[in-house]
Amino acid sequence: MSYIQAVNVAKEFGTGDARVSAVSGIDLSIAQAEFISIMGESGAGKSTFLSMLGGLLQPTSGQILIGDVDIYRLKSDKRADFRREFMGFIFQSFQLVPYLNVLENVQLPLAVTHHTEKQKRELAVSALERVGLQDKALRLPNQLSGGEQERVAIARAVVNEPPILFADEPTGNLDSRNSTEVMNLLKRLNSEGQTIIMVTHSRTNAGFAHRTVEVSDGQLSPASQVESRFIVARQAAGAGA
Amino acid sequence: MKLHNIAVNNLRRRKAKMVFLISGLMIGIAAIVALITTIQILSEDIAHKMDEFGANIVITPKSEGLSLNYGGINLGGVSFDLQEISESDLDKIETIKNAANVRIISPKVFGIFEHQGQKALALGVDFPAELTLKRWWKITGEKPSGLGQILVGHEAAERFQLKPGSQVRIQDQEFQVSGVLENTGSQDDQLFFMPLRVAQRLFGKEGKIAMAEVAALCHNCPISDIVTQISEKIPAAKVTALQQVVASRMDALHNLEKFSLMVAALILLVGSMVVFVTMMGSVNERTREIGIFSAIGFRKSHIMKIILLEALIVSIASGVLGYLVGIGATRVAMPFFTEHVSHFSLDPLVAAGAVLLAIVIGLTASFYPATTASKMDPSEALRTL
Repeated sequence: MSYIQAVNVAKEFGTGDARVSAVSGIDLSIAQAEFISIMGESGAGKSTFLSMLGGLLQPTSGQILIGDVDIYRLKSDKRADFRREFMGFIFQSFQLVPYLNVLENVQLPLAVTHHTEKQKRELAVSALERVGLQDKALRLPNQLSGGEQERVAIARAVVNEPPILFADEPTGNLDSRNSTEVMNLLKRLNSEGQTIIMVTHSRTNAGFAHRTVEVSDGQLSPASQVESRFIVARQAAGAGA
Repeated sequence: MKLHNIAVNNLRRRKAKMVFLISGLMIGIAAIVALITTIQILSEDIAHKMDEFGANIVITPKSEGLSLNYGGINLGGVSFDLQEISESDLDKIETIKNAANVRIISPKVFGIFEHQGQKALALGVDFPAELTLKRWWKITGEKPSGLGQILVGHEAAERFQLKPGSQVRIQDQEFQVSGVLENTGSQDDQLFFMPLRVAQRLFGKEGKIAMAEVAALCHNCPISDIVTQISEKIPAAKVTALQQVVASRMDALHNLEKFSLMVAALILLVGSMVVFVTMMGSVNERTREIGIFSAIGFRKSHIMKIILLEALIVSIASGVLGYLVGIGATRVAMPFFTEHVSHFSLDPLVAAGAVLLAIVIGLTASFYPATTASKMDPSEALRTL
């Protein structure tokens, strides 16, 4: 059963002779609670595709369905509300707001919700506990290591418990130890029921996903959809239990 | 965490930018406050001086037969003493609505006397009021300081060969000439000025006056209102405004105000450009951040609110500081322009106006940057990652 569906999605930039096709005719179905990684060369169109899936970039043609909602038929403000309620984003380079402390950064998506201040704080503290940073709540981003900043970004993405997480190169700026920590964290969130769509260059990171798709020249490689070693390993572990 | 926390924290942690923004707007507001306050004080001062510089209202008896010609009055031989105004009537001027605008009342009584076999005209005046009213008088000798001293007009002094210290006999009473007026080119040159009370007694006009000249501070009040109010209080008198004097005074003040408005408009324009450029720069600098806000579900209106809230906070701070700096600068500079700064005080209306003006400029100049920010495509932020 598809939870997220891309139907013949295409994106072109520019007009006339300067027109460039970034994504052309991608069809993809993602199940609820699936962890999917999107791989591809630089400029292959994977981030553009992720932006379209996340309701951030209107496709030139095609549809993005989440549940039964065609998200690009929603008006701009309604789509913003939809993103806030159903999606969390983890960006490359963390993208924390430098003048807000860790707790405030995590509370950011709640700033425009109807939660009370107490509830907002409790949700943010709970999210920080999930990433193990509750003791650094009052620090500014520049007082944290790269791995810690990424964990804050993850806490911000999950603070309102959205069912879908989009991650664009979440370990792009991290060393291998921090990368593994972050990937384990994403794996744990997925095991708690969150659907995760991750763009990555790293085969190792892709191995944490249930499924990997490869984007090349704006299209999905026909033979690219592979079950990852992680899911194989998990299945093997399950069979052995 | 609310939107205002984002705005406040941004300003708090980007102090240099905030100081620059506040300074830019504050200087504009301070300049306008200083200009307005200075112009206001100078206008009042000029109006004050102009109003003191001669009368702008003349009160004469309402009598068809009396044709005086002093200060617009034709004395015409002996008819001047046919009608007078009761001196106590002048006290009623203090009860009119615009009494505060009445600066000087100079009552006068006339009398003809013979000196060296020739007729001469004596004018009983209240010397302190008359000397204040006629600041252009230049006196050779001294101002009269006692009931036995008089002032003589230039022509009268020449005609009777009088000089300071000379003795003059008026109605059988000896007076000493304390001073002689330099040529004024007016009818004052032909008169003998003596203390009002003495003139009233000598000419049998106790409690009466022939006319009164009034200097009203008409900077902020229509002189015609004062004329009407005095006429109502003293029905027996004919109250006349010297329209030409009033009109020229008002013209001078209006020109001053027009000039100040033009300068203020120019400063406003510069101030708003400073805010616009800075806010636009700030929005461009925060492209990623605004993109992130948008990506995590902030509506366009939320992003606008953040930018406009920052502008509002900066504007209020600029308005308050601008007012204080402007007033301070005026206070420091004012003694160089005028000696009359005793009435200088903090004006809540100007303070409120300064803050309101800063808010209007700040929000107006920030509106386009805020709109630009709100329309920013969130995918642009992702693309720059």
